[in-house]
Parts: sequence; C-alpha cells; structure tokens
Amino acid sequence: MSEQKKFTSIYGPIADMNLRTKTLLTIALTVSILVIVIISSLLINAGDITTNFDAMNLPPSLEHLFGTDWLGRDMFTRTLKGLGLSVQIGAGASILSSIIAVALAFIGSINKKLDTFIAWLVDLFLSVPHILLIILISIALGGGAFGVTIGVAVTHWTSLTRVLRAEIKQIQTSDFVKLSERFGKSKLWIAKKHILPLVITQVIVGTILIFPHAIMHEASVTFLGFGLSPHEPAIGIILSESMKYLATGNWWLALFPGLALLILVLLFDIAGENIKKLLDPTSANE
Amino acid sequence: MLKNEKLLKFLGKKIVRFIILLIFVIILSFLLIDMSPINPVKTYIANLGVVSPEKIAILESYWGVNEPITTKLINWLANILHGDFGTSLIFRAPVLDVIKERFTASLVLMLTSWLFSGVLGFILGVVAGFKKDTVVDKAIKVYCYILQSAPTFWIALLFLMVFSVYLGWFPTGLGVPVGTLSENVSFWDWLHRLILPMITLSVVGIASITLFTRDKLIEVMNSDYFLFAKARGESGWNLIIRHGIRNILLPAITLQFLGFSELFGGAVLVEQIFTYPGIGQAAVSAGLKSDVPLLLGIVIFSAIFVYCGNLIADVLYNFVDPRIKEGEENE
Repeated sequence: MSEQKKFTSIYGPIADMNLRTKTLLTIALTVSILVIVIISSLLINAGDITTNFDAMNLPPSLEHLFGTDWLGRDMFTRTLKGLGLSVQIGAGASILSSIIAVALAFIGSINKKLDTFIAWLVDLFLSVPHILLIILISIALGGGAFGVTIGVAVTHWTSLTRVLRAEIKQIQTSDFVKLSERFGKSKLWIAKKHILPLVITQVIVGTILIFPHAIMHEASVTFLGFGLSPHEPAIGIILSESMKYLATGNWWLALFPGLALLILVLLFDIAGENIKKLLDPTSANE
Repeated sequence: MLKNEKLLKFLGKKIVRFIILLIFVIILSFLLIDMSPINPVKTYIANLGVVSPEKIAILESYWGVNEPITTKLINWLANILHGDFGTSLIFRAPVLDVIKERFTASLVLMLTSWLFSGVLGFILGVVAGFKKDTVVDKAIKVYCYILQSAPTFWIALLFLMVFSVYLGWFPTGLGVPVGTLSENVSFWDWLHRLILPMITLSVVGIASITLFTRDKLIEVMNSDYFLFAKARGESGWNLIIRHGIRNILLPAITLQFLGFSELFGGAVLVEQIFTYPGIGQAAVSAGLKSDVPLLLGIVIFSAIFVYCGNLIADVLYNFVDPRIKEGEENE
C-alpha cells in the first residue's frame, strides 16, 4: 500500500507516509494537545479566576472565548482548570485501576480455584451499574477527590482483567512456559520472565483506554453531587451550576465546558487506539 | 422435551448463582454504607424533627446501633429476606413501595429507549457496513465516535436547552405537574414528559450497537458463503437481508441485552436532568440526603435488573441460536 502511494504525491505529504508514520503523527499530535491542556491548567492559579461584576453573563467574544458566568468569571479559564483536574483524577483512577487489574489477573493465574474466584469477582463488580457503585463508594469514603478517584478506580478494572486473564491463559499453555515448568522454575519466575513482558503492552494500552471512561464517570458523579466539592472548578460542577442558568438563556455556560470535555475524551480515545495499533505488531504496518 | 429440561437446568443454575451474587452485593453495599460517615438513626431524627424515645429504640434495633458489624449485617439481611427493606426517609413510605412506583416509571423510560436505540442502531450499523468506506459510512462512524465520547448528562443538558428552553416543545420540569397527584396525570401529559428523556437516552445508547453491527456485517461480507451467494447472482439489499442480517441479528440483540447496566447508568443521569420521577432520580436524592434504606434497596433492585439482561442474553446465546442448537443435537 505505502509503496504505491509514494508515487502519487498529489495528496501531499500525508499520503506519502506509511501507516506507521501516520499513527506516530496522530499520537504525537493528540499527546501534545493533552500536554498543553494539562500544563496550562497547572499554570492557572485558582486565584486568577476572579469575580468581575463588570463582566457578568457575557456571551462568548474574543476577550472571553467561552463567555463569562454570573459572577463575571472567565469560563475559558475555568474550563481549562477543570479539564486539568479531570485529567489528574482520570490519571490517578486509571493507573490505580490497572494496578488492581494486573494484580488480580496474576492472582488468578496461580491456580484454578483462584481463577474462578477472580471471574466471580468480575461478575460481582459488573452486577451493579457502575454509576451506583461509584456513588456508594464515594459516599463511603466521605466524597471529595479521594472518594471519587477510588470509586472510579475500583469499578473500571474489570475489562482489563478479563483481557489479561485470557492472555495469560494462552501464554501458560505455550511450550516455553511448559519447558520452564519442567526445569523447575517457580511460578513467580515464570510470571516475571515469561508472562509480564508479553502482557505489558496490553497493560499500557488498557490503562490509556480506561482514561476516557474514568474522566467521564468522574464528571458524571461530580455533576450529580457526589464527587468533588462545589468550590472546585471541575467540569461536573461547572455544568451542574449551568443548569440553573439555562432558563435565562446563558447557553454558553453548558455548551463549551461540555464540548471541551468531549474533545478531551475523544483525544484520549484516539491516542489510546493509535498506541494500541503501534504496539501490536500485527497491525502496526497495515 | 429434552431441550426444555436443559433450559430449566440452565436457568436453575443461573438463579442459584445469582442469589449468591446478590447476597454479596447486599453485604458489599451494606459495608460501604457502614464505612461512611452517615449515621442512619441520626439522619432519621434530623429529618423528622421530634421523635419519641420508643421510635428511636425501634430504629436503633433495626439498624443494630452499638452492636458489632456482623450482628448488624445479619439482622439487616434477615430483614431483607422477610421483605422488610425499611422506611424511606425522603418519601416517608416503605422502601419497597417507593421502588415499585419509581422502577415502573423508569422501566417505561429505559425499555422504550432501549428498543428505539436498538432498532435505530442496528439499521444504522447495517447501512454503514453495507456502504463501507463511503461518505455515509464515514458520517455514521464519526457520529458514533463523538457520541461515545460525549458525557450523557451533557447531551441531556443540550437537549433540554434546545427543545425545552428555546423551542419550548416540552416542559422544562418534566416531573408530574405541581399540585396534581400522580394518578390524575393524563396519558398524554405523561407521554409528553417521557419523549425528551427517552430520545436523549436512545441517542446516547446508539453508538455501541451501531459500531458492533457494522463490524459484524463487514465480517460476514468477507466470508466465503457471502462470496458464494454473490457468485450465484444475488446482490444488493436482498443479499444483505438473506445472508447478512440473519447472521448478525442475534449477536446484536444479545449485545443490547448486555447493555442494561449502561442503560441504568444513563437513566440515572437523564432522569436527574429532566427531573423524571424514576428510580435513578430517587437514587441520587437518596444518596444526597443520606436515605440509607432507599439507597440500599435501589442498589439491590438495580442488580436484579442488570442480571435479568445478562440472563436473557445468555439464554439467547445458548438456546436460541439455531447453529448452537443443531450442534448440541449432533453430539
């Protein structure tokens, strides 16, 4: 495919690249946008979002890209800060989540009884709708960023665990693992030397793909009032505040922060799918 | 006859498994509430104002205050098994009654949008798969990817803003009109209030079923039997209907049944925004106002709901698919 395209350069430089370069470019682009969002949100002090009663309820303009709210706060700055907060909580939750997934998948690989138990545990956590479980956990831990992070982490490990379980089972039936067993290598040695190197890409991809779900669930739970406290500039908080001003016609309060969240989630999804493509040798050069 | 026996055995096994699972769900949720800073007796008293000492004693014995966690848990489990879910704080009514009323309202919302999104998603998926790599396919794919990344509550907010506030087609507060008893609401009134939440929930649920159907259809279209049918001279929609849809309908329906958990989660958010008087809204108020009995009751019933979906999917997968049936008979 890429060989043929090299001769037809009418499509410009993008058509000249093979899929691998395109994938790399997509990853670089999405990751750099994400990094810019995170860094700029870290640079914003909460103190910079000042109330300004001369500029209340302004629709979007060049000066205030996302408009201002009923206290004259610039919505663009608030949204950016909120996105940064979402990424932080998403990162915490998805990393924690994949640690749980890896631990459980390896525990399940020890013997058949434990494997059945892990499968049952997955069923248990999937039997209650995620959002209810996050609410319960968040309440149990007294709410706040901590509660919501743990809540999201504890509910999102199931899919990665399933993938890893299947993968590990397959590796365990392979000849090289059987050979190592005959040589008397311990289970821990096999797990470390044979299994872990083969599943590590799955773990990385899995963690990145948990991200978008984690961010969205955090925003939803915060929106409902169980997550971050109302004085924090989270997207969920911004949107739940905007509900009160819908009837007065302040459409920009709800539209832009939600759209920004959507784009953030989409970027993570695209980055994750492309990294998956890149790390999986069978599809990297298709 | 043999098949029915098999099905009964299968169902029996599944139900036993479910009861065990449910007991653990109950234990887990009870432990979580017990961990929380909420004190059910104190919230009760704070909500009701003056409470007689006898009433407090009854409450304390119901919740097993000052008793070790194991006794508390066993007490509560026993109460549940007797059908005593306690009394809801915010509705001042037995939890079971509240759940019955609310769940019926939610079921109507969830099942209509489930059906709607399933049918529409399937059709879109078939169209996208059939017209693979065309503008239509790309448009449908982009639409699905965007919807998958869109927070449900934001879509609901936008719909509320556009259709209720600007266009004024639907009332903004979509609960029962103020001052009317729920029994006196006319059918049309109720339908009018159902449409917008229903559409929102459908729109959000379409993405996964569409993408799934599209991929499956493309898989079928690459198969040998499909090629053979083409070689025999079949073409166009007739070919898709005879060889494509017949093969992908059942997996798609199965997937749709497996989505009950997501459906419930979506309903919680949608109901909250449209103030639709369903189970999701009750769950949120119960959580916010520390109505422990109601919250625990809702968790239990939501688990039953999700399990029903999974069970139907399992039965469809194992007993309805003619290929699997035939394979078993040949054994």
